[in-house]
Amino acid sequence: MNHILHIPSSVKSFLIEVGELSYFAGRFFKEVFTRPFELKELMRQCYQMGNKSLMLVGVTGFILGLVMTLQTRPTLLEFGAGSWMPSMVGISIVREIGPVIIALICAGRISSGIGAELGSMRVTEQIDAMEVSGTNPFKYLVVTRIMAATLMIPLLIIYGDAIALLGSALIEYLKGDVSFLLFFNSVFDALEYSDINPAIIKSFFFGFAIGLVGCFKGYNCKRGTVGVGEASNSAVVFTSMLLFVIDFIAVFVTDIFYN
Amino acid sequence: MAGVEQKKIMLSISGLKKRFGDNIVLKGFDMYLEKGENLVIMGKSGSGKSVMIKCLMGLMQPDSGSIDIMGKNVLELEHTEFDQLRKKIGFLFQGSALYDSMTVKENLEFPLRKQNMPQKEKDILVLEALESVGLLDAIDLMPNELSGGMKRRIALARAIILHPKIIIYDEPTTGLDPITAKEIIQLMRDIQMKYGSSALIITHDVDCSRVIADRMILLIDGINYVEGSFSELSNSKDEEIQAFFK
Repeated sequence: MNHILHIPSSVKSFLIEVGELSYFAGRFFKEVFTRPFELKELMRQCYQMGNKSLMLVGVTGFILGLVMTLQTRPTLLEFGAGSWMPSMVGISIVREIGPVIIALICAGRISSGIGAELGSMRVTEQIDAMEVSGTNPFKYLVVTRIMAATLMIPLLIIYGDAIALLGSALIEYLKGDVSFLLFFNSVFDALEYSDINPAIIKSFFFGFAIGLVGCFKGYNCKRGTVGVGEASNSAVVFTSMLLFVIDFIAVFVTDIFYN
Repeated sequence: MAGVEQKKIMLSISGLKKRFGDNIVLKGFDMYLEKGENLVIMGKSGSGKSVMIKCLMGLMQPDSGSIDIMGKNVLELEHTEFDQLRKKIGFLFQGSALYDSMTVKENLEFPLRKQNMPQKEKDILVLEALESVGLLDAIDLMPNELSGGMKRRIALARAIILHPKIIIYDEPTTGLDPITAKEIIQLMRDIQMKYGSSALIITHDVDCSRVIADRMILLIDGINYVEGSFSELSNSKDEEIQAFFK
């Protein structure tokens, strides 16, 4: 019986980490609604995460649109379904590929950045310095970053989707003589609220996960400079995994509601 | 007892205990700090100095014991009350702990964020603190543009910006060259003269202790092994004590 109940240490540490992450999330919800609100720092974080990710998200989205259209076009033409191209690309980008790819890109940039920044603040005692100066570091550093990520990721995803569609439209224009107006008309004719709403709602959860895991890993960083590297690295890995779990749940729930 | 002046106790610790698993770091540490006094606590690495200081500032919870700061038992205070009390205490971290992403001015303004005072008054306090440490020209620099000694001075300016009644120094001269270390020690004396604050200094620097200590405590194996003036301790025949002064 003992060996049946024996839990491998890796599983045990994973479960402990999930528990600690849940506690951390609980503390966020407790502190987010209480005064003082660090609005100035929230704005600064929104700028850091939003504005400074525009280039990366734009380039990624554009290439995503180009590649998807280039790869799919020959197959659709083979079946004589070339006119379905805009609607097919539009739906797949808006519903699934855009949000997931852009959230993963943001996990790489934002979540690891938060993990490294807070981790380095922890090991150089900057977080302790904040606390002894009478400032709640959780509220100032963690709440603002999670809020900023939750607000900015959906905007970045909408922006990335738009650029991806532009990339797709460019290929259609160059290869298939489809005008931009016709392309976007077809895309918007095909899109329904049931495509857009779930994608937008899940992008808020993606943003929350990106901010939460980055802050959790950085805030609880240990073991000096090695720990900072580990915090940054594990923030990306854990966030990416969490994004897929959230995506699966979102698709599952959407399927129940809309079918 | 007529004629003996009873000095006000600014800070006292009694029976402080802290353990990490099987490792008992503090085994009932006691101390007090009088008004205007410079108390030096010396101890080897791992003797529990940092743990004691973290318990004192509420960064760590002790297992038992009591900590009184200006007549308030900090272990029973609400978070907001403790934050108010912390504003009366300046803290100089061993590694300076300046905020990397902020300029020197923003670093100094940080403890003033929640103070209800106009920006003009904050600017005056920042300039006054920078003047006290002789670094007025560094106001717009970033921490990565400062030398180790300059960082320590700016951290000291940040610690004194609210004119604290108690200043806690965690290894103030560690990692500095002897000349810069002497400058920092002189600065600590100047600041005490100017603000009349009490100082708790954690160090293993004998030169620093000789210059600044009114009273010393040797922390060995988690307890206050011995207490006295620098000359009393440095002339002691006890080998454990002598080890610190060799």
